[in-house]
Amino acid sequence: MKHIISALVENKPGVLAHVAGMFAARAFNIDSLAVGRTEDPNLSRMTIVVLGDDRVVEQVRKQLAKIIPVVKVQDYAGQPVVARDLMLITVSSTPEKRAEIYSLVEMFNGKVVDIGMKFMMVEVSGPEEKIEAFINLCRPYGIKSVARTGTIAMPRHATTEP
Amino acid sequence: MSPASSSADSAGKSTAKTGSATSPRTGAQIIVDTLIEQGVDTIFGYPGGVVLPLFDKFYDAPFRFIVPRHEQGGAHMADGFARASGKVGVVVATSGPGACNLVTGLATAMMDSVPLVAITGQVRTELIGNDAFQEADTTGITRPITKYNCIVKDIKDLARTIREAFYIASTGRPGPVLIDVPVDIEIAKYQTDGNEEIRLPGYKIRTEGHSRQISMAAKAINSSKKPVVYVGGGVIIANATDELRAFVDKAHLPVTMTMLGLGSFDQSRPESLDMLGMHGSAYANYAVQECDLLIAVGARFDDRVTGAVKTFAPHAKIIHIDIDPASIAKNVRADIPVVGDAKNILAQLVKEVEYQPRDEWFKKIAEWKKKYPFRYDNNTPAIKPQYVIEEICKQTKGEAIITTGVGQNQMWTAQFYKFKRPRQFISSGGLGTMGFGLPAAIGAQIAKPDAVVIDIDGDHSFNMTMTELATAVEHNLPIKVCILNNGYMGMVRQWQELFYGKRYSKSYLTNPDYAKVAEALGAVGITIDKKADVPKAITEMLSQKRPCVINFKVEREENVWPMVPAGKSISEMNGLDILESLA
Repeated sequence: MKHIISALVENKPGVLAHVAGMFAARAFNIDSLAVGRTEDPNLSRMTIVVLGDDRVVEQVRKQLAKIIPVVKVQDYAGQPVVARDLMLITVSSTPEKRAEIYSLVEMFNGKVVDIGMKFMMVEVSGPEEKIEAFINLCRPYGIKSVARTGTIAMPRHATTEP
Repeated sequence: MSPASSSADSAGKSTAKTGSATSPRTGAQIIVDTLIEQGVDTIFGYPGGVVLPLFDKFYDAPFRFIVPRHEQGGAHMADGFARASGKVGVVVATSGPGACNLVTGLATAMMDSVPLVAITGQVRTELIGNDAFQEADTTGITRPITKYNCIVKDIKDLARTIREAFYIASTGRPGPVLIDVPVDIEIAKYQTDGNEEIRLPGYKIRTEGHSRQISMAAKAINSSKKPVVYVGGGVIIANATDELRAFVDKAHLPVTMTMLGLGSFDQSRPESLDMLGMHGSAYANYAVQECDLLIAVGARFDDRVTGAVKTFAPHAKIIHIDIDPASIAKNVRADIPVVGDAKNILAQLVKEVEYQPRDEWFKKIAEWKKKYPFRYDNNTPAIKPQYVIEEICKQTKGEAIITTGVGQNQMWTAQFYKFKRPRQFISSGGLGTMGFGLPAAIGAQIAKPDAVVIDIDGDHSFNMTMTELATAVEHNLPIKVCILNNGYMGMVRQWQELFYGKRYSKSYLTNPDYAKVAEALGAVGITIDKKADVPKAITEMLSQKRPCVINFKVEREENVWPMVPAGKSISEMNGLDILESLA
């Protein structure tokens, strides 16, 4: 099963290497890993998507918490979350195909961010399934390259507020 | 003073006094002053290029300073010192090769939860990443084998980082911490601003066990008909052996120990089942496999203990008490986990448990103990290694501090030396580091100058670090080394005999004359090849004030029994027929 784990870490050199190294050393599989700053300049948030049964993910959570610069670890499994990926995708596109592809982009609330005689670069964000669906729909045109951020997530506050 | 400022949460900060110096100090001076402030009196270290400014300060600093012959030896010495004393061991090395040579020692300490602080020099900050002379990515190399490590790139952080290192190394589940200090930081000057308290938002230790979990554990113990206590090194680290005894006495429970747990419970007592696991006692393994409740305290269900995990303690409910939440349910399910300090939890537990006679269970255990004690055939002309250990145990009245190498020598020591006290048995358990015995004995002897310290070693383990005998001679340490010399890497040979059709592939080397080696290095050297000479030689060794090495030429192909083959359940022991035939 897929778990989204969020780790708040101290903004120090070596923390990413420590986390990545721990995953490799303990043979845990990372599906995706996204790191970025938070509202506190001393802290970064790592969002890690892990595949594994509950016991494996429980170990992942504990081993992460054991890393000293890791301040807080949450497993979002079983609670409502907003989870998003961001993707840039370059699709082969002759001028004749532009309208067709553009209609797909609109359906997915995407954006065309670059365009040439033979390609279109599109920005799409959303849940992972939506990103995957867009990639699949682009395949017939020819995909030149894809860059994805990996999932970031946040629990829905509405459910926790009184 | 407000009440809040004296509350328990300031405990960690008590070690974090701010520097009182009024004039700017160099980084090297800050390191020395902070080490003194942390109560360090002994340092193991080897000089080199980028630690010259620091060693210049060591020239007249008030430390007992031990220079090993190789940095690995220094790390093991600091480890032996820490295990014997319960204090933090400190080791210093230069950059590149110096730091790399610490690796085995750090990994050994990490696996066995030993508090060490390693300080390594690093090339100048501006050269880092340039493949400079004697540069290695020390923090990168040691990250997975330390509890924490970091490089200090700003002198403002130096004192605080060292304080954090000691705090992290010695609290919670202890472990080694490495601080990498570039040479320009050692030279730079800094006037303390008094704001150098430890700051570790990600480091939380739960010491008090959850009271509901403890009550659940007590209830399970009180209703258990066939319980077994399974004690690991955590009980020794937590200084909880008095609490363990009180708990065992009150509830009336049999106790088995891991190798690192030896010494936590007096093995001469009837409740002791001695060591369990791969080379553990048959009675411990049978008891664990049949028990209805397993009470694990400060143990981590290592594969050498559990054998096949799926069939380990199949009928038991499992209580797991450990300070490291990640150890709980890692290898084996825990029905009642209790996270916290073993000392606190056992003290709580003792209040809630009741005495149960459990006559049938103890009767069954007594039968196993009678049927399968650790035995060997001593009716041979050859010197049996087990006999040497029994004789050492007898002559030292079971009171010596014993270190070992790794392999058969270690397993026989665990089986045949009967330990009474914590911190008496010092051996590399998790990592299984050959060559650990001699340097660890040196560290232990420095920590306990009045104790009898004996390294019971294998010939090939001794070969790995025997150069450290010169260190023992230099410091007039009366350590003893008993080499059980069978001319083989004995445990490798045993596996080759049992599982590889006696094809003894590369498992023996040409050994030197150890007595001559000892004499050449300034120690006493004795060779014993007759069984009748064994007791006399040990008596003589114990009377020596100088380091003393005895080369016991023992039976070459003796095996360690019982033995659980890899991947089998711990009740599926080989060699029980041999033990029975010796009855």
